[in-house]
Amino acid sequence: MESKVSLNAIYAPSEDVVARDIQGEFIIIPITSGIGDLEGEIFSLNETGRAIWDKLDGKRKLKDVVSLLSSEFESSPKEIEKDVLGVTEELLKRRMLIEAKKG
Amino acid sequence: MQTESYVIKQRIDKTSLWKNSQPILGRMDMELTERCNNNCLHCCINLPANDLKAKNKELSTEEIKQILKEAVSLGCMSVKFTGGEPLLREDFKDLYIFARKLGLKVLIFTNATLITRHLAELFVTMPPLEKIEISVYGMRKSSYEAVTRSAGSFKAAWRGIKLLLKKKIPFVVKGALLPHNKDEIGEFEKWAKIISWMDNRPPSYSMFFDLRCRRDGSKNELIKKCRLRPEEGLRILARKKEEYIKEMKEFCSKFMRPPGDKLFSCGSGCGGGCVDAYGMFQPCLMLRHPDTVYNLKKGYLKEALTNFFPKIREIKAVNPDYLTRCVNCFLKGLCEQCPAKSWAEHGTLDTPVDYLCEIAHTQARFLGLVKGNEKAWEVDDWRERIREFAGGDN
Repeated sequence: MESKVSLNAIYAPSEDVVARDIQGEFIIIPITSGIGDLEGEIFSLNETGRAIWDKLDGKRKLKDVVSLLSSEFESSPKEIEKDVLGVTEELLKRRMLIEAKKG
Repeated sequence: MQTESYVIKQRIDKTSLWKNSQPILGRMDMELTERCNNNCLHCCINLPANDLKAKNKELSTEEIKQILKEAVSLGCMSVKFTGGEPLLREDFKDLYIFARKLGLKVLIFTNATLITRHLAELFVTMPPLEKIEISVYGMRKSSYEAVTRSAGSFKAAWRGIKLLLKKKIPFVVKGALLPHNKDEIGEFEKWAKIISWMDNRPPSYSMFFDLRCRRDGSKNELIKKCRLRPEEGLRILARKKEEYIKEMKEFCSKFMRPPGDKLFSCGSGCGGGCVDAYGMFQPCLMLRHPDTVYNLKKGYLKEALTNFFPKIREIKAVNPDYLTRCVNCFLKGLCEQCPAKSWAEHGTLDTPVDYLCEIAHTQARFLGLVKGNEKAWEVDDWRERIREFAGGDN
């Protein structure tokens, strides 16, 4: 599947959600409707998702996120890029992320 | 291609998110006002909506926001806005949005009379993430307003409820059973079934009403008149006899034992608490005894939760009557005796409340746990009785 996510774009957490770290558990809480399907539904990210989320700060280009993570993790840059694109795409689809600047 | 999702859905009410340790504060109640636009016969807290003295004493918008911010910093996930009628506050919308933007789920206790189209729209675009809880006082104008003593409240409440239904905003209903409406219980439950968010469960009821928790006793005689007699209450609790017995067997096998002399056998003040309308932080919503409340205008939630409440929870009974009766009574699970009820009834923390004792004994007699005029605190073989009733090993 072709990704609409651009490595030259900048992404930031959406104001439609709030991310909270409570006792070491990272959770994403919907603020507006349409993100959770049921009342009381909240979200968390898997380890990969969490590592990427922390770098999506509305300042870095996505390709810089890949570089940064490549210096922190042992996986190949190709694998990291695939995960970064995958996470970003899923978060965008769920309206948890916004494109702050087009690539 | 990655097929697994990076994002994982969680239902906070069904799974424990915290594997190792719970946050200091998981949930918090905020009584935004003691004022209410209804004047219910049985209410233990309400003050008139136009009570300026009470209104002027209430926490300001900024003070409430500061408390919410501290609550979030302590890990709080859910806040209950209650009252009085919380929607009476002119800044309700502002407080609601603020709480939601902090990442709090908001549980609203309301009579629904002040739910406007505008507010319903807000709940659609920014859902509370908790089902709104609505108290219903009757299925007809005559019974409803005989309880609320507020002209027009029936129409206003149903308008609010219909708005929520129309906008598909999740809510549940609860009943208050008084002599005026207790015969409408069938009609109420039939109607409640159409509310999908009730999940086919019957509404919960209050019927053994608390006296005024501020101990402003002028209304207490009226509240006592509204209370159902223990036998009447039992008839309602056990109206579906088989289900009731089955439920009680399970319940009794887990929760029936003498509580000992520590006054707080519930979870009050552990990982939660209630902020009253004036900034006093209480272990529970009902307990207003001056020795058990913490002034948030002079301190912090964290200090109350880590230092003040733990000390409160160590308080032991000294009242000889309590030491004879309640300390040794195995009906603890059936009895609502607690420091808050003792405070409302007697102005102490440890005086047995006879009405609650009668209710517990009436149920226990029905279940065969006590016989005739037997007093549960005099029963030595209570373990055997529970085992026999529950029909299995305990």
